[in-house]
Order: sequence, then C-alpha cells, then structure tokens
Amino acid sequence: MDGQTLSLVLFSGTDDKLNAAAVLTAGAAAMGRKVNVFLQYWALDAFRSDRITKDHGVAPEAGSEGAAILARHGGQHWSDTFRQAKSIGEVAIHACSLSMEVLGLSMEDLDPLVDDQEGVASFFMNVDGPVTFI
Amino acid sequence: MSQAVARTLDLKGLSCPLPIVKTAQAIKELASGELVEALATDPGSVADFIAWCTSTGNELLEHTEEGGVFRFVIRKK
Repeated sequence: MDGQTLSLVLFSGTDDKLNAAAVLTAGAAAMGRKVNVFLQYWALDAFRSDRITKDHGVAPEAGSEGAAILARHGGQHWSDTFRQAKSIGEVAIHACSLSMEVLGLSMEDLDPLVDDQEGVASFFMNVDGPVTFI
Repeated sequence: MSQAVARTLDLKGLSCPLPIVKTAQAIKELASGELVEALATDPGSVADFIAWCTSTGNELLEHTEEGGVFRFVIRKK
C-alpha cells in the first residue's frame, strides 16, 4: 500500500510505553503501512519469551496515581496487539544486535514476535522517513 | 433494495486501535463488494473509520450513531 513506513525504535521496557508502541504499530498496519520496529535495551528485554506477559511496570512519569489508572483500565496485553498487527499487515520486528550482546540474549530467548537480529545499518536500509524513538 | 450485510462485527467496549484492527482482520475474509457492519462505542472510531476507509480504498457507505453506539457499513474494495 501507499504511505511511508512507520519506523519505530523501542528502547523503554515499561508496559505503558510498549502498549503505546503496539497501538501505533497495529493502527499503521491496519492502514496498509509497512512497520519497521527495532528493539533496543529494555524494550528488547521485555520481549524475552519467559517474561513477555509479566508485569514490566510503568514509566516514572505515571507516578502511583497514574499506575493505578492504567491498572484499572486494563485492556488487552501489548504483545497481543503486536500479534494482531502482524496478522493484518507487513510488520517486521528486529532485535538490535548490540543489545542482544549486552543482555546476553540469543534468538531462542525471544518471543516469536521478533523476526530476526540486525545491526543499525540493516535497520536503516528499511527506513524511508522519520524514525520515532520510544 | 439494499444489499445484505455479509458480516456484523461487535466492537462495543473496545478501545483504539482494536475497532480498526479487528475490522481490517475481518474484511480480509470477505469477497470484493461484500458489506461489513461494524458496531463500536469508542468515540474516536468515527474519525478512525473515515480515515481507514480513505486510506485503504474500502467504501464507507453509512455511519450513524444511536444510543452511544456507532454503526458503520463498509463495502470491501
């Protein structure tokens, strides 16, 4: 389909930020846009298959009141939103190879949502517009 | 005589982006020209369905609201 690729670099590993990223990804996929996701550091750590659905907390700016509001709202888990996005569109999720090394991870440690491992050069090969950092 | 709806999607209670995502999933299973009816309660879904139809080329035939439920009828491209 027409339209620029949505390129997201995910750094933060808290559930609220990952949910925001999943919503953007699913929306773009529904609109027929390609989505190119690069997982670094704590976002990558959150995609570990043994802890993807565990509680990853919320961003510090939420405070205790914000955390309570988010817990009350509920809604589906961000990993399910990413899965839906992949079922309706062209969504590639890449693990940053430096972060893999820093965290001591291999592909077997990650949820199958993650397609492969790559460096920044191959990430930028698929960028055709702005990059959003979350 | 109006064309019968091939499928109705109950999207009530779902928040963004699920109304659009589930519609995009469901419309894949329809044939070109078939109609899908979507029922949603998310107020943001009105602007979203209009944008989604414009962007994907599916045709938004109707959008109405009754008792807080937004109803959309879409013809698959």
